[in-house]
Amino acid sequence: MYRKDGESYYVVDAHIALWDGRPENQRNIHGKQFIDCFYDYHRNLSPESEVWSYEEYLYQGGERLMRDVFVDGIVDHAIFQPARLKEFYHRGFGQTEEAFALAQAHPDKLTYNHYWDPRDGENGLDELRRNAERMQLKGVKLYTADWHGESRGWKLTDPMAYRYLEACRELGIKNIHIHKGPTIRPLDRDAFDVADVDHVATDFTDLNFVVEHCGLPRLEDFCWIATQEPNVYAGLAVAIPFIHTRPRYFAQIMGELTYWLGEDRILFSSDYALWTPKWLVEKFVDFQIPEDLTEYAPLSTPLKKKVLGLNAAKLYDLPVPAELQLPDADETATGPREPAAADLASV
Amino acid sequence: MTAVLPDLTVTEAEVRAALGTVVDPELDEPITDVGFVRSVSVQGGAVEVHLRLPTSFCAPNFAWLMVSDAHDAVSAVPGVGSVVVELDDHHDSDLINRGMAAGLGYRGTFGHEAEDSLDELRATFQRKAHTAAMERAITALVRTDPAVDVAALTLGDLPAGEHTTDALLRRRATLGLPVDDGAPVLVRDDGTRPDPAQAEMVLRRARSVRISVDGNAHFCRGLLTTRYPGSEADQTPRPEDRLLLPLTVSKGTHP
Repeated sequence: MYRKDGESYYVVDAHIALWDGRPENQRNIHGKQFIDCFYDYHRNLSPESEVWSYEEYLYQGGERLMRDVFVDGIVDHAIFQPARLKEFYHRGFGQTEEAFALAQAHPDKLTYNHYWDPRDGENGLDELRRNAERMQLKGVKLYTADWHGESRGWKLTDPMAYRYLEACRELGIKNIHIHKGPTIRPLDRDAFDVADVDHVATDFTDLNFVVEHCGLPRLEDFCWIATQEPNVYAGLAVAIPFIHTRPRYFAQIMGELTYWLGEDRILFSSDYALWTPKWLVEKFVDFQIPEDLTEYAPLSTPLKKKVLGLNAAKLYDLPVPAELQLPDADETATGPREPAAADLASV
Repeated sequence: MTAVLPDLTVTEAEVRAALGTVVDPELDEPITDVGFVRSVSVQGGAVEVHLRLPTSFCAPNFAWLMVSDAHDAVSAVPGVGSVVVELDDHHDSDLINRGMAAGLGYRGTFGHEAEDSLDELRATFQRKAHTAAMERAITALVRTDPAVDVAALTLGDLPAGEHTTDALLRRRATLGLPVDDGAPVLVRDDGTRPDPAQAEMVLRRARSVRISVDGNAHFCRGLLTTRYPGSEADQTPRPEDRLLLPLTVSKGTHP
């Protein structure tokens, strides 16, 4: 629980990882390129006092993760969102067994989400069923840009992906987190295209689709989809560190998300270990949209409470103290999908 | 007496000027302004250019577009004989550089992964560049005069000579949209004017496009300077940043 100025915030970090980017785990040059890319994000967007050494950044281990994420009690609960990247790393990038064991040891603090990949075919479906039972999965993290043999990516609308989504529905895995990023096949398409989310959100209205990085750098497409699909959520991973380096820009992202999605469908994520949650939470609670950006309303305290934890708590049935719960907001001006609003699609 | 031969000595400045016509489609900025040109060497008529990008995993289709456009632009400089344009430090560097050297084209280089030409991708981002420029021009006006009737604005209402106006006119010309004073400023992608009742929504959507473009610029410029220390000297600040957003880049403390 984080307390500031008489207000209490129940904090859920909806996107953390326990990764291993050390050289002994790198399968090829891409393994090094990948962790180096993460490290550049880390040192480009972190305050100087929060920048780690490269060696620290390669691997943290469970003990350090518990310290970094739950330090000073700021974060109440965190959710693992692993990336497999088996073509880049011998044992994969996200450390499944280590993270799962940590979550079992701290069930009040950690939830383990796993991943699947439709290119694993029928065997992968069997494995998903086994994992759902063993790990009691409530969610999965999908990485459509992951490489797999000759393939460098997949889409949520691939027929096999539908089989997996149907299995998720059947197994009670209701939270589908999707990383949108490079590289996706076929190459002709925009690599960050979020259009496939639109289709599955319509076809699986009983599942929640959390688009990580709120669709950046295709914010406009994401917002347009999310405003029409009430089961689409924005994850703030990678967007929120702008609060330090580019606060005016972050204000505009928050202004847009609030306008299009409303305050009930935005989730705080540090993307640990890309960044640590403490400074992000502290800055977010203190943050306000600059007055001269007259096109946006100020961020209210209830909105901050929802973004920081209440929204994610609802998706994951986390026990929030009764006095901290808040009612849902009214629909946004843009509203959920209605046939009468369909002509707006041509706007 | 001998005929005076035209001066065919190629200079680095000419090559850089040619590279200045190559645009990163996502950022809508010349690759020379964002620091993507790593080196230019000229030996007689032989030119070698190296490009660099903010991460190893920047989208390979955009990377291909820039490398290919750079090759075309430099080849068109009078006096240039051989041209080598290489992309450094990218996950597809070998593939792209081999494909360029062999003149395989995009589809020949990427094989089964590339099904079409890149024309549609390029057109999409030209449209986005126009949408963002349109929003910048209108929002600049609205901030000085909140009562302005956005739906009724024509190009003649925009302040002449302002960066935002010039930028919009250039983007309109690229798309073949009218650039006369009477042409409506607020238009849909297809160039048609929305109903007044829909104007607000069209502007809101344009704003989210502009914020995406700005976000790309922040990410790409910042990450490039982190990845290549010293490259900030090769970057020209964005006009938008000079106008609205003071630059505060955190460089981190470790190499």
